[in-house]
Amino acid sequence: MNKWTRRGFIGAGLATGGVLVLGVAVRPGHRAPEMADMMTSDGEELLNLWVKIAPDNSVTAIVPHSEMGQGAQTALAQMLGDELDADWSQIRVEEAPPHKEYANHILAKGFLIGAAEIPPVLLPTVDGALLEVTQLFNLQITGGSTSVRSTGQFGMRVAGAAAREMLLQAASSAWNTPINALRTEAGYIISDSQRAPYADFAAAAAKIKPPVAPKLKSPDEFTLMGRSMPRFDVPEKTNGSAQFGIDAHVEGLLYATLQQSPVFGSNVASIDDKEALQMPGVRAVVNLGDAVAVVADGYWTAKQGLGKVKTQWESTDADGINTSDIFAQYDRDISTAIVEDDAKKHKKLGDEAGAIESAETVIEATYQVPFLAHATMEPLNATARYTEDLLEVWTGTQNPLGYQADVAEAMEMSDDQVRLTNFYMGGGFGRRSEAGVAIQAARLSREVGAPVKLIWSREEDIRQDRYRPAVTSRFVGALDANGNPTAWQNHYVQKRHPPDAALIPYAIPNLGIYDVESVTHVPFGPWRSVDHSQQGFFTESFIDELAVAANRDPFEFRRDLLKDAERQRIVLETAAEKAGWYEPTGPGEGRGIALQESFGTHVALVVDVLIESDQVSVKRIVCAVDPGLAINPDGLTSQMESGIIFGLTAALYGEINIQNGAVKESNFHDYPMLRISETPIIETHIVNSGHAPGGAGEPGTPVVAPALANAIYAASGIRVRSLPVRLPDSGGFS
Amino acid sequence: MLSFTVNGQQQQTDVDPATPILWVLREQFGLTGTKFGCGVAQCGACTVHLGGAPIRSCSVPISAAAGQEITTIEAMAGPDGQLHPLQQAWIDDQVPQCGYCQSGQLMSAMALLDSNPTPDDAAIDAAMQGNICRCGTYPRIRRAIRRAASAMVDEKAAPSTDESA
Repeated sequence: MNKWTRRGFIGAGLATGGVLVLGVAVRPGHRAPEMADMMTSDGEELLNLWVKIAPDNSVTAIVPHSEMGQGAQTALAQMLGDELDADWSQIRVEEAPPHKEYANHILAKGFLIGAAEIPPVLLPTVDGALLEVTQLFNLQITGGSTSVRSTGQFGMRVAGAAAREMLLQAASSAWNTPINALRTEAGYIISDSQRAPYADFAAAAAKIKPPVAPKLKSPDEFTLMGRSMPRFDVPEKTNGSAQFGIDAHVEGLLYATLQQSPVFGSNVASIDDKEALQMPGVRAVVNLGDAVAVVADGYWTAKQGLGKVKTQWESTDADGINTSDIFAQYDRDISTAIVEDDAKKHKKLGDEAGAIESAETVIEATYQVPFLAHATMEPLNATARYTEDLLEVWTGTQNPLGYQADVAEAMEMSDDQVRLTNFYMGGGFGRRSEAGVAIQAARLSREVGAPVKLIWSREEDIRQDRYRPAVTSRFVGALDANGNPTAWQNHYVQKRHPPDAALIPYAIPNLGIYDVESVTHVPFGPWRSVDHSQQGFFTESFIDELAVAANRDPFEFRRDLLKDAERQRIVLETAAEKAGWYEPTGPGEGRGIALQESFGTHVALVVDVLIESDQVSVKRIVCAVDPGLAINPDGLTSQMESGIIFGLTAALYGEINIQNGAVKESNFHDYPMLRISETPIIETHIVNSGHAPGGAGEPGTPVVAPALANAIYAASGIRVRSLPVRLPDSGGFS
Repeated sequence: MLSFTVNGQQQQTDVDPATPILWVLREQFGLTGTKFGCGVAQCGACTVHLGGAPIRSCSVPISAAAGQEITTIEAMAGPDGQLHPLQQAWIDDQVPQCGYCQSGQLMSAMALLDSNPTPDDAAIDAAMQGNICRCGTYPRIRRAIRRAASAMVDEKAAPSTDESA
């Protein structure tokens, strides 16, 4: 019943939310009561969803995205403030509270329609339908690199422009002056004879019907977009005052930690908690079904207590499974699908099988990548205070709405009875989008009748992740007598998101790309750049193999196949030129290149390696990136550095192994991270092509592994087809 | 009862003496700027100074602090709020991303500059090797340490002209 009532509210939200895309989500006069909390002082007018102008003329940008370090909030404020002609020093950013009014429908759209650019005239139609879908799915996720490309472009800019037009219209009436005799600057409206702050017109503007299609600035009119504005969140992250989920504090707080069934899908068979309960400070040992938790006066006591609990787990069908079994299953399933011709066709062009049969040269290769954990620096945690009619949750999440809905459902409460306060995230990378830890904290609080802060140990964090899936990908390529590629055939397992990740930009006349379902018991989830992280390695390594087989320069080979793909060609050429592609390399050195589009942003990398006594060291990485328009160039540069180091960590070290059904690795000693001394020089060159804005947080990651592997080939003649990169004396390059 | 100073203030605790310093700071004194990352001295997120030297507070028991001085990120700026040159450099170079590891990074960097005011890149790498940053801010950490070091050297070379203060 409760849910039906709220569905009714979704309907009302939809009517106003339907204009979200035009930046006027909440029309004056149709203000949702849920917005009332955000009107903190009298005299404030909520012009639309994202703009709040206070009597002191300060502008608050209310953004539907969490800050996990990608600088999204600052970039979004730049887009809003620029179109609004606001005074930058008076712009503040708030994260929207978890409420359906803020559903991140654009993210779903990106996934549903494959991140294609949509003609502007179709936007209202497309978005209306998708908004409904996403609101039903409770999406308010920071992910898919959507902050700037979607919320910013379709929401913030339009909202800022609409607000400015309405303010101008209000001033025009008040001053009895035509609009074209007025101008705006730094939060003021100015005529030949008068000058007044926006705030003076806020009330009148709120009564004006918002424009349907406000005019956006052209790039030569930008004042804030395209500039490296300092991020809002940096100062408090240099003095210890930034509050992360793990820092939440409530009176009377108890602390908990837990162990979940090591083999995924198992449950507690029995618990012997006698010894643990005798420890001073241990308050309770709780059987959560698939986990055992210890609640104590402090985290360390809880952890010590957990060490004393003897837990038996039920046996499962997965108990004997090892990593090698999973890869064997992938191989079997791919072979079977090929023989039985039931692989799912993703892209088909011409007759690639026929072209392979009649080709001069045929090249085959199989690649594989392992499971990966996210290993965010802040282990998963949530604080909960349960009472019968109110559950408060304090945590850091990429998906506040989803958390709220999932926690409510698990606790059999209504969404309105769950109040979630979101904090900074000590890393997200896709991990903080699923509510399991918040549900556990809520259950523990209910169990012990006190507020509980649940902190997963690092060992749990590594062993109970939602992993980047391990994938196997098999290729057959064909070349004609002149070394031109004539066919590209690709079968791979574990297709997830986004659907276009395995597509290639290269003009090869016969193409067959197929995916094969091969289910494992290992839970998976989004991991920085999602499927691009695996597919970038596969496709950009195999195109390199074709170049080698054709006896062509790998850069020129790619470039010549990009005649009709201008954006890709330009970033590729930029990377090659800036890196000095043709400069000679010394003994043991090699240079590799790779190109991948993801989330609307094109990235090309050139990696220089040195191999000395079987040790690979990465000397330099040159990155060319075309995000359409870099809203905050320094922010984009830092995201490229970040994505590259994330990808390099994975390529050099990342490997989660399954042993007897459970994850073998447990902490940073056996799941190592790149450290400062191993960090190469990274140069980033930005290409502003003027296309629709792409993402920044993810696109740096997928290109790293292939560019590195291609550089290793150039240096040593050894083709890396499996990650992480292995040295010959420790098991050999595969 | 164990006694020690935290950021210049005399403090006491009666927790189990085996409790790591990290958890006493966070849970008893509310100093949450120091972070939990791994619990096994592998990541450096919990770095504080004990008697002026950087330690991984997740793996050092509070008993080891008896009679000693603990310094945390909360005391890095001066009592008047004056930022440490490293903090200013962290802002100027826009170092933090998620920010979770940065307290530990800054405490390690401060210990480095205390002992070596003009570190080269090799010295920076050696001193910062124990601090993981999952967001990959390493290039900016290097840059910011160099910036802070030269700011501090300049400051020493040209002492404040306001001698009446």
